[in-house]
Order: sequence, then C-alpha cells, then structure tokens
Amino acid sequence: MPTFFSTDILFFLLLLGLAGLIFHMSRREHLRRPWRKVARSPSAMVSLVILLVFLGIAVLDSIRFHPAENGGGNGGARYRSEPVTLLDAWLGPIRARVEKTYSAPLSAYSYAKEMIRQPDGGEVWDYPRLKYGGAHLADPARERPGDVVRIGAQGLGEGLLAWLVPVTAWLAWLGWQERSGFAARFGSIVRGESDVPWRTIGLTLLIICLAGGMVGELGPKYHVLGTDKVGEDVFYQSLKSVRTGLLIGTLTTFATLPLALVFGILAGYFRGWVDDGIQYLYTTLNSVPGVLLIAAAMLVMQSYMARHENEFASLALRADFRLLALCLILGLTSWTGLCRLLRAETLKLRELEYVQAAKALGVREGMILLRHILPNLFHLVLISVALDFSSLVLAEAVLSYINIGVDPTMESWGNMINSARLEMARDPVVWWSLAAAFLFMFALVLPANLFADAVRDAFDPRRGE
Amino acid sequence: MPSIREGGNEVIVPEPSRTKTEPARALLAVADLRVAFRQDANWVPAVDGVSFHIGKGESFALVGESGSGKSVTALSVLRLLPQSGRILGGRAMLGDRDLFALPEFAMSGIRGKRIGIIFQDPMSSLNPVLTVGRQIGEALSLQRGLKGRALKARALELLDHVGLPDPARHFNEYPHQLSGGMRQRAMIAIALAGEPDLLIADEPTTALDVTLQAQILDLLKRLQRDTGMALWLITHDFGVVAELCTRVAVMRAGKIIEQNGRGFFEGPEHPYSRELLAAMPRLDARLRDSEVDFDDKAVDARNPFLRASGGGTVDLTEGGERLASAMSRDGIKKSPLDLPRLAPSSVGSRMERPEREGIKAPLLEVRDFKVHYPIKKGIFQRTVDTVRAVDGVSFSLERGETLALVGESGCGKTTLGKGLLNLIKPSGGRVRFDGEDIAGLKGEARRKRCAEMQIIFQDPYSSMNPRMIVGDIVEEGLRAQHPGIAAEERRERVEDLLRAVGLPPEARLRYPHEFSGGQRQRICIARALAVEPKLIVCDEPTSALDVSVQAQILRLLRELRERRGLSYLFITHDLAVVAALADRVAVMRRGRIVEMGETRQVLFEPTHAYTRGLLAAVPKLRRTGPSGAP
Repeated sequence: MPTFFSTDILFFLLLLGLAGLIFHMSRREHLRRPWRKVARSPSAMVSLVILLVFLGIAVLDSIRFHPAENGGGNGGARYRSEPVTLLDAWLGPIRARVEKTYSAPLSAYSYAKEMIRQPDGGEVWDYPRLKYGGAHLADPARERPGDVVRIGAQGLGEGLLAWLVPVTAWLAWLGWQERSGFAARFGSIVRGESDVPWRTIGLTLLIICLAGGMVGELGPKYHVLGTDKVGEDVFYQSLKSVRTGLLIGTLTTFATLPLALVFGILAGYFRGWVDDGIQYLYTTLNSVPGVLLIAAAMLVMQSYMARHENEFASLALRADFRLLALCLILGLTSWTGLCRLLRAETLKLRELEYVQAAKALGVREGMILLRHILPNLFHLVLISVALDFSSLVLAEAVLSYINIGVDPTMESWGNMINSARLEMARDPVVWWSLAAAFLFMFALVLPANLFADAVRDAFDPRRGE
Repeated sequence: MPSIREGGNEVIVPEPSRTKTEPARALLAVADLRVAFRQDANWVPAVDGVSFHIGKGESFALVGESGSGKSVTALSVLRLLPQSGRILGGRAMLGDRDLFALPEFAMSGIRGKRIGIIFQDPMSSLNPVLTVGRQIGEALSLQRGLKGRALKARALELLDHVGLPDPARHFNEYPHQLSGGMRQRAMIAIALAGEPDLLIADEPTTALDVTLQAQILDLLKRLQRDTGMALWLITHDFGVVAELCTRVAVMRAGKIIEQNGRGFFEGPEHPYSRELLAAMPRLDARLRDSEVDFDDKAVDARNPFLRASGGGTVDLTEGGERLASAMSRDGIKKSPLDLPRLAPSSVGSRMERPEREGIKAPLLEVRDFKVHYPIKKGIFQRTVDTVRAVDGVSFSLERGETLALVGESGCGKTTLGKGLLNLIKPSGGRVRFDGEDIAGLKGEARRKRCAEMQIIFQDPYSSMNPRMIVGDIVEEGLRAQHPGIAAEERRERVEDLLRAVGLPPEARLRYPHEFSGGQRQRICIARALAVEPKLIVCDEPTSALDVSVQAQILRLLRELRERRGLSYLFITHDLAVVAALADRVAVMRRGRIVEMGETRQVLFEPTHAYTRGLLAAVPKLRRTGPSGAP
C-alpha cells in the first residue's frame, strides 16, 4: 500500500517541473544552444552522470509503502504502520542487520571489548564476533582478507557485466541506426573525438558500475563502511542521507525562487516606493544573523508540533515535517541574495531599448515583465540555483551539527557528523561515520559545483557566444 | 627591466632593404599576413594575405567596414590577438626585426616603445582607479626608465603637448574627471610616452563628437609633424582619412583590394572603393542628388564571420555575398518606387507630399517642452539642483515632413525624443499630436494614441529582445494594439512588413542575432511600422552602422516616407546624414534649439555661431565630395 509524505509529493512535483522545463527549453533555439555547450564539456557530463545516480537514489527513497505484515494470517492483509521506501526494501539485507555497537569497516569483530562467555563456561575480556559482519567466516583473522578480495572481485565482475550489457545494446542500436557510418562513429567515440564526450560518460558509468557491484556483493556479508553507535550500517545511513541532502538543496530553491523573482523584478522594474519597500525588507532580513533566524523558526515549529501531537502520529511523519519546515525556513532566509541580483539586472533591462520599444508600442506592463524581463533573467536564475544547491547541502550539515537542522531520527550527513564528533576523542578513533559523510557529501557537492560552473559558463552572456 | 631597455636600444640600426617589393625606407613592412579565428572546430580567416608597408614619418590609413579585418591586422602586428586568434602566416618586419619571430619578452620592448597604439574608446582604455599622472608615469618609467622629478616633468610636458589645458591639474585627476576629448588626449599622451616610431590609431575619433573629432585630428597631425613618427590610422571614415593620411589602403573581407596615395580620392580604381566613397553621407547630398545607386551586392559583402550566422565556415568572398544579398536586397529591388527622384533644383524646398484635405494643423506641435532631472542629495533626498536636459523646446512638424534634430552628445536630443513618446517623463510643456493634446490623455486612450508615434533606436543589438524570434518581435505591437486579430492574419501582416523593409518573409522564424546590424535595423523599422504610426522618432538609426549599410537604411527610410506618408523626427549628430533626408533642421545645444530652418539654409548659410562651428568641424571631404567641387 503506497503512501506519500509531504516532501515526497513536493519532490515529485519538482521533478515534474524539471521535466517540463527541459521540454520547454528543448523547443527554443536560444536555450538549446547553451545546453549544447554544456553537453560538450567532459567535466559537466561526468558531473551530470553522478548527479543522476544520486537523483535515482533519492527517487527510490521517496517512494514509500506499508509492507505487508508477515504471519498476520487471518484473511485481509495487514500492514506495518511504519512505511518503508523502495530503497529500504532493496537494501533490506543491509538495513536489517543491526549490530550491537560500533564496528570498523569490513570488520568481523566489534569495536568494544566485552565479557565473552566461552563454550567451556569461562569468561574472556575480548572483542566479540559481530552478529552479521563476516559471520560466515570460521576464522576471520586468517580468512577475512582473502574472502574480501574474492567477494570484491566477484562484485567487480558483476559490475562489469552490468555495464557491458546496456553499453553493447546501445552500440548495437547505434549500429542499426547508422549502418554504414557506424565504424566512423564508433571510432570517434573511442578516440574521444565525438561532440558529446561519450567515452568519458561511458568510463564514468563503468566506474560507478564497478563500485556498485563491489558494494553490492560485499554489503550483505560485511559492513562496508562499518556500523555506528547503535550498530546501524553506516553505508545504509549514507545512502539514506542522499535524499535528505538533495531535498534540502532542491526544495529550498523551490521556496526561494518565487520570492526572489517577484520581489526582484517588481523592485527593479517599478522603482520608487516599491523598490524602497523591498530593499528595506531584504536589507533588514540580511542583517539578522541567518543561524539565529533559523534557530528561532525551528523552535516555533517544534512547539507547533508539540501542540498538534495527534497530527504527527509517527516518528517518520514528524521527521518529514521538520525537513519540510527546514527547507521553507532556509528558503525564506536565503532569497535575498538572488533577489538583489535580479533587481540589479532588471534595473539594467528596463532601460534597454527593446523594453522602451515595447512601451512605445503600447504593450501592457504585465506583458513586458513576462515577455521581455523574465526570459532575460533566466540565465541568472539558472546559474544561481545551480550554485546554491551545493551550498545548501553543506548548510544542512552545519545546521544539523548544531542541532537545529533535520530531526535527529532522520538520516542525514549532518546528523552522522554530529553523532560521530563525540567519538573523535576515542582511541583508536571512530573515523568511519565522519569519513562516510564526508565522502558522500564530497561526491555530491563537487559534481554539483562543476556542473554549475559549466552551466554558468554556457549561459553567461559576457563569456561570449 | 634593463634587458628590455637594451632590447629596445639595439634595434636602432639603419635598415637594409629587405626585398625588392619593399621600399628601402620602410619602417614597418607587412607581407602576406594571414590570421584566422577559431570558431567551434573551424578556423575562420579574418585576414587573408595582406601586404603593405609604412615608411618613416608617413601617415598610412587602413580603411574598411566592420569585420573587414583592419583591427585584427594591427593587433597581429603587435601580437596582441585574443586567445582564439592565430597568425597562420606572413611576416611583419619592423626595421630589420621580424616581429613574429621575436620572443614574447622582446615584444614588450617593441610595444609602447617603438609602436604605440590608441584605441577607440578612451574610457575603457584608461584605468578608472589610477590618476592620469600615474598612468603616464607607468608608461614613462617602463619605457624610458624615468624616475621622480624627471618623470613628472616629462609627463607634464607630454600632457601639455597633447593640448590638455591645465597639465598640472589633470596630472592628479582621475579619468572620470576628464571629458571624452580630454581622455582621448590623455590616451595619446600615454601612447607617446615611449616616443614610438609608429603610432597606431584604431578608430581614434569614432566615439567622439564632430568638434572633438576635428580637434583630435588636428592634434594627431601636429604631433606627427613635430615628432616625425609614422601614423597608421585604422578607420571606416574616409573623411578622417582625407584629413590626415598620405596613403590609403582599402580592406575588405580580409584582403587589401586597393592601395594608393592621395590620388585615391581623385578616382579610386576598385569598384568597391568607389562605392564606399560614394556611400559616405555628405553635406551636399541634396545639392548633388548624390543618391548613388551602387551595387549593393558588392557592398554588403562584409566578413560573414562577424555575422555569426551559426556554425560552419563560410567562404569569405562569395559566400558572404550570397548570404548578404539573399537576406537584404531582394525585397527592396522588387518594391516599386512610385515617386520620382528629387530634381536637383528642388533641394531645400519642401518636397511634394501626399496632401490630405481638410487637415491643416501640423502633425506634431511641441510648445515649451521641458525635461528636468532633479539632483538629490543627503539622507532626505532633498532636491539641490536640476539638470535641464531639455529646457523649453518648441517646434512643429508637418505631415510627411522630416525634421532633423542635430547636436553633440549630451545636448538633450535623445531625451527630447524619448520625452515626446513619454518614455521619459516630461517636466513641462505641451505636446499636440494630430490635433490632440496628448498630455491630457490617460490610460487606455493614451496607450492607443501613443502607438501612433514610434521610435527606432541607435543600437541595433540592444533594441531587440534576444530571446524572441523576429516574427514575435514584429507582431508585438499588433498584438498589443489589436488583440482581436487572428494568428493567421497577424502572420501575413508580419510577412508583408518584413517584405516592405527588404527582408525575406522567412526571416520571421529566426533570432535577431542571426542578422547583421543593417538587417536588424530593418527589423526594428518593421516593428515600428506594425502599428501604422504617423510619426517615427529615429534616434541615430544609422550611426552604429557601416557607411554602405547606412546608405541603404537611409534610402529605406526615404522610400517608406514616400509610400506611407510618414513623418520623421530624425535625431542625429551627423550633419552629413541630415542632408540626405531632412526637410528642416533644428540644431540643439544644452537643451535648447539654437537654430532651426530649411536644411539648405542651416547647412550652407548658418546664422548661429554654434552651427557654424559644427559645420566647420565636418571633415572637408564630407563637405564637398571627392572631386572637390563646391
């Protein structure tokens, strides 16, 4: 039985909007041209592939259902009350295998020593074996390295296969499509001379497939990135955090854009008291420290949730609402930068001669805003959205770290860092939670930045046609 | 930097004659220069086998229309081409040094020290945050190794030399404190700091008013006489060439098509040179009826790579011609010119216009029109003063008549034009349009009425929304004024309009950036015509265009006036353009009209001293024409 949380719905609406935007842009030459430029940049295409993989994970993690209760028995199906996402279901073996406490990546032993009752009745103070990680090994100390390599290699092989099948299929389709020109086309792709850097894209996919295959094989037998304090698999947490990060990055933009666009255009176009009012508003908002504002808003939100307890029946629902609130609050506090940018650009555009000509032709102001001002601000919006995305993902981590971010029960990189920081003083150090969060954030933010750079280069009119 | 100084000193060697084609005393000899620019994956030639030489103390002009490769030639010689450009072949010998073979560090001993350059825009070539003195000082210390007091003395001397009125004061001033002409003088002073043997002047007067232009030309002439340096002038304006240069080379599509001495102005050999010379607007245009019907196909064949017609290398000569002629000329040749040409005798008098009975009142009557800008200061934005951009202007305009508003930049002529269309809020005065006081109109009625006055702007690049296709641009006014018209009919009207301005109807589906400047200006005219205006305010519609295209646009405007009974308020700084089009001329200065009268009277018997000054500043060639006839 599928179910949707509010953020899921917004997320899908956003994707729908994105699809609509792509459709709209694909039909306009002046918008297609810069995108073709983006498509020719190898770094942008690598980034795009990685971002799409992240997006895929987030989509899988946004489709929820109540799984059927096993052994319920009598007649009608019964469902568990806590919904599960497709990603959860897919990662079932990893999700369910909870250890007692910390364990290092790929380890077979727990991180903390405890009293172990020996079969002969005696007790030993030692590292206990993990319940799941490496449980299939008889003598981990001796067998583990070989086993990891063997399983890893098997995973690599599967990854290679998973890559080869679609690539061959695509090439075959290409061959059928082009027939005689295929050899030349294939040659240019292999030599890296094709217009769109297909070779680079293919290699990126190969690396992703290989990594995926390896993790997919090792995951069910070991804890690839270790476990956290309560024994949850860190790799699973990291994957779950992808959705949180992406949502913060995109939904916040959703909240920012209308405000920034409407206020920016009105202020820039109509000048006078409208401009004064809007400038006053954003200057005031800008001079209040952002963290303070967010903290205050989160407190208000929490007390609201406390007063309406029965509306937030489950823990997941509460966490979801808190995430949505965080997005909105971040959006409300971060529209000023874009607004200022759009106001300045509108100030310039309104003096341009085509706007003056439209006025002379008797075109109504609303039409002028819609047809002449808005489309010419589009590149600014696109650039700033792409650049803001990564900073928002990082902002989430910072806010969660100081406990005004997402709900502590929700998986997020910020929460992972927050819980890991307490263990930094341990010896030997518990590094894997932190490292995993860092790795995933890095893998999302770097491509996002590279992609944003390429988009800016392509759309910035000053960089020439 | 001693090494560079040494490098500079050791070049002073008497140059042996290089080859038989180059004269022995050539200072700079360029042979078979070829330059190309990278566009996507292709190399598009910009300069294609150019050879010329400049003797010591000679003044040489490289003339051509935009995109002909003249600036690129100069930049190649200095090795200052942008990243995407590359010198593919040829040689440039400065004395006996091969400029293309020198290492980069030796080039910095050539630039500024042996070859100076001044650019078109004096504002962007001076650093706005450094004083003029600092910038000259930098050049002096770098190229002459001067320091301290000697440096300052030399800088002041240079500033004095280029005719800045108060060198000691200007030394400590920032570029924004200087006027345009003074800035160009400062630029020249910087270029002279290295005491170069050759000064390259790349369109040195194009951004300046006529009077300033005349002053700068005089200055260049004097400097050349005093210092004995050679001058390499790059320009599109034959008027400037005739004032200054002893030898002329005409460039077109990357090639030099004709090289000649002063004899060039007597009778250019190449047909293209003749056409260019003929297309130049002249004060006596109406007197001579010099509407030369030159071959437009040839003239419009400028470098197609500037036109950015989307991907692919176009063959420079033939492809360009085909493209240009297909795009711009077809329509106009077909459209009949039903009114007879002006007879020379009717010059200056009003032309025959389609008479409309019963309407006696002038189309536009402006009384005491004012546009004032308040200057506000302090936190309360108190108005401390006003800028009187337009200060009590009165005139009237008959149906079918063309009134030219002439004046230098900043005289308020553009403000007046925009104020009439209410694009700028007027501060006072009365405007009667077609017998109705438009100041009294409000809301919808005003929106409808005002559409009968249209405007064409100077810059064909910023006057169209780059994100709309041409069809949408042209039909915008139709949709605003007659929302009821069906899409099909609108399309037909747009196609008719495009044909009327000499563009193929298929242009409807393309974007503005695919068109050249002249074609864009045609689209702007079509856009204005869409709402069937009675009056069009033309705000310098031709000053951003090449001469040949300029002539075409002027002719189109003239044709449309005859066919549609339009009236024009023609705003320009170029007195010669006025002669070709206007019935009456009003000369503006500091927001007021100082003289108004029939074109002939204003241009040839001016009464006001300011008008006389303006006219005297027009280069001689443009006053009388190539043969020197009065």
